[in-house]
This record gives sequence, structure tokens and C-alpha cells, in this order.
Amino acid sequence: MVETGLREMGRVHAPETLLPAVLRELGLGLWYAAVESPLGPVFVAHGPAGVVAVHRGEDAAGFEALVRRRFGRDVHRAERLPDRLAAAVDAGLSGDGRRVRVDLGGLTGFQRDVLEATRTIPRGEVRTYGWVAREIGRPGAVRAVGTALGHNPIPLVIPCHRVVQGDWRLGQYSGGGPDAKRRVLAAEGVDSDELEGLARAGVRFWGSDTTRVFCVPFCRHARRSTAAHRVTFGSEGQARAAGYRPCKVCRPAAAA
Amino acid sequence: MIAHTATRDEDLVLSRRARPSGSLTERLAEDLDGAFEDVVVEHQHALFAFVAGLGGDAGLAEEAVQDAFVRAHRALAGYPPERVRELHLRPWLFRIALNALRNRLRGRRVQLVLVDRPPEGADPAAGPEAEAMRQADRARLGEALACLPQEQRAAVLLRHAHDLGYARIAEVLDRPVGTVKSDVHRGLTALRRRMGVEVEA
Repeated sequence: MVETGLREMGRVHAPETLLPAVLRELGLGLWYAAVESPLGPVFVAHGPAGVVAVHRGEDAAGFEALVRRRFGRDVHRAERLPDRLAAAVDAGLSGDGRRVRVDLGGLTGFQRDVLEATRTIPRGEVRTYGWVAREIGRPGAVRAVGTALGHNPIPLVIPCHRVVQGDWRLGQYSGGGPDAKRRVLAAEGVDSDELEGLARAGVRFWGSDTTRVFCVPFCRHARRSTAAHRVTFGSEGQARAAGYRPCKVCRPAAAA
Repeated sequence: MIAHTATRDEDLVLSRRARPSGSLTERLAEDLDGAFEDVVVEHQHALFAFVAGLGGDAGLAEEAVQDAFVRAHRALAGYPPERVRELHLRPWLFRIALNALRNRLRGRRVQLVLVDRPPEGADPAAGPEAEAMRQADRARLGEALACLPQEQRAAVLLRHAHDLGYARIAEVLDRPVGTVKSDVHRGLTALRRRMGVEVEA
């Protein structure tokens, strides 16, 4: 009886508060909080090395299960994100993700390259899948770029919504389909109707007849030139033949 | 990855980091911060049960175990990888927890109260009466344990609650194996006597 009692004493469980308290004290573990975004409420999960996931919705249990499957460990709920991270994430969710530390550990080198290149696209601008492929030195990998962006673990902060099809049609968005993509872009001042108008008209680039530079549409340089001086091109070859050089900021030659 | 479908989640699992294989000490040697949560997950209950069994209330036990893990992390960060690989994690952690408890107790008059917490795996189907019996027995055992000298109490718990071998118990308590064996024997005898179990002469 004594031995049985002692064995039972060895099976007492620690309170559930212990693990999170230890992790918090050591600055370890995965944590998440609910945050507002242009797409409504999202969950943001982070580890010691930065943000690991952004996920739309309010199903906390589902999100926890998703993170557990991905990382093989529990994610702990926090009331809010740590102050410094919270400020950066807020900016990130509304379009300026540059200050957000992201942790892309566990992704392939290719996936990381795609996501890092996508992070360089400024708010209010768009690029194509082909552009990303050329930026990372894999011009033939356009379809794989699309797949990698479809699996973007940190949408909004890593602006995969700014990457569209080669003819400027919006294309897919894993964050809730084309409507969500349209809404996020609209929040950044990109008019999807105008973009799709370009697609229908076969316009690939904008040029300025004063600077003789051609850009991707919505490049902040292209937008500076007035409509009266704007010329349009259906291809890179057409622009070059007309004596235009590619913009050094948006590098449109990669947008083929 | 916002709102993607279940199939895509599965795709993602394959491409994302899975928990690395290899023993826990091996992983600790390679990536302390990445593997440490698993150390806590795996050993928190045993450490808590041990410290709670040694005495003190649940709050004190939780604090001491928390201290122990923080110290363990700090120690591991300073160890060369070979040393981490060769650690016997469980006895090593028991020892740190014991010291953490002693530190918490220092300068404090402690009341030894058995933590009133049913062990995991208590059988609810046994009915309220049986459960009440068990609870009363647990309380009596806790009182009996609290009357043992601390070294005996620790030795008995490590042997009979945590199933550690004498050599490992000697490591935890930093005492000779022979002393540990006799502490366990004497402690157990004293417990039986107090619990009213027949003891052979």
C-alpha cells in the first residue's frame, strides 16, 4: 500500500501554467495573439526569432492545431503581442512589413528566396510571378513561385497579394481568393479594376516620354509622370525598340 | 496561408520543419533553444511531483520547478556539446530541482503540506467512496512522508515514486550509493510503520 501510494505521488501532474511561465521567463516557445488586419481578425504567431505565421479567422483551436502540425510543438496563447513586435506587426498588416522580423526557418531555400524577394515590393505597387522568378535568378520557375507564394506562411506581412499574373490579371490568392486580394490591394491604393483594365488592353508597361524610361504599372516613378506624358507598351521588346530603358527601381525587364 | 484548404495544410506539413529526430540530449547539444521546450514538456510533471512530494504547497513547488528549469537552461548554455550529449537528463534535473527547492525554503519556516492533487490516471470509475478512501490514504502518506528526515524522504521518493536506480539516486543526492540504499530502506520501513502496515522484524 505504501509503495502504491508513493507511485501515485510520482504521477502528480504539474499545473498547466508551469510550461508557459518557464518559456516566457526564458524567452522561448511559440506564442500567438489575435490582431486586427485589413482582412479582419488574424492570428499572429511568433517564436524567439520572429513571426512564424499569420492566419485569418477566429478559430483559435484550429490555428493552434495548424501550428502544432507545422512545428511539432504547442503554441501558447498570449493576451497580446510583445509591445515592439506589436507595433511592427500593425504596420506590417497594413502594408509596411519591413520592420517585422520574420522566421522562415524550416522552409526550403527556394521558398525563402521567393518570400524575401516579395518582401521588397513596396506598398501600393504590384509585380508579377515572372518578376519574382527573375529577381531570384530562377526565370524558368514561374509556376513554382506561384506555389511558394500560395504557401506563404506569413501573408499580409510578406505581401504575396502584390504579386499578380504576367498580364496583370490578379490571379490566385491563398488569403481568401481574388476578392480578398482586391480588398487588400485597395487598402494600399491599388485599383484592381484599373490593373485588370491593363490586362484587357494588353498593356504590360508604362513609359514616360519625357524620361524615356519604362516601368511596371503603379511603380511610384511611373505614377509621377502625368497622364499626358504616359505611353504604354505591350512588351519589353516594344519598349526597347522605341528607345526606352527599364526603370532602375522597379526593374520591369524582369516582369516578362 | 490564410484560410487555405485542408489539403494544402498537409502539403505544408511536409515542407515545414518537422520535429527533428534524435535523442533529446543530442538535440539539446545542437539547438538548445529549439529543444528546450521539449525538455520542459517531458520532465515538468516528474519534477513537480518530486518537489511537491518533498513538501511545501503547490505554489512553492511550481516556483521551485520553474527556477529549476531556468537554471537548467542557463547551465546547458554554458556546457560544451559533448557534456550535454552525455547528461543523464532526468537525475540531473531532479538534482537542480532539489537545490531550487532548498533555495526557496532558505530562511522560510515551512509547513509541510502534501499537495492535494489527485495523480493523473486516478480512476473516476472507482466511485466517490473509493476515491475518498484514496484521498484519505494519500493525505496520511503525505503526513508520514513529512515526518521523515529530508534525505530519506528524497531517497524514498526517487526510488519508489520515480523509479530511479540507486546509482542515479546517489547522483541526485550526491551521497554514496550505500547510504542511499539504507536511506530508502529505513524511510520505507518508517512509512510502513506510520501507515500501520505490519513490518517484519
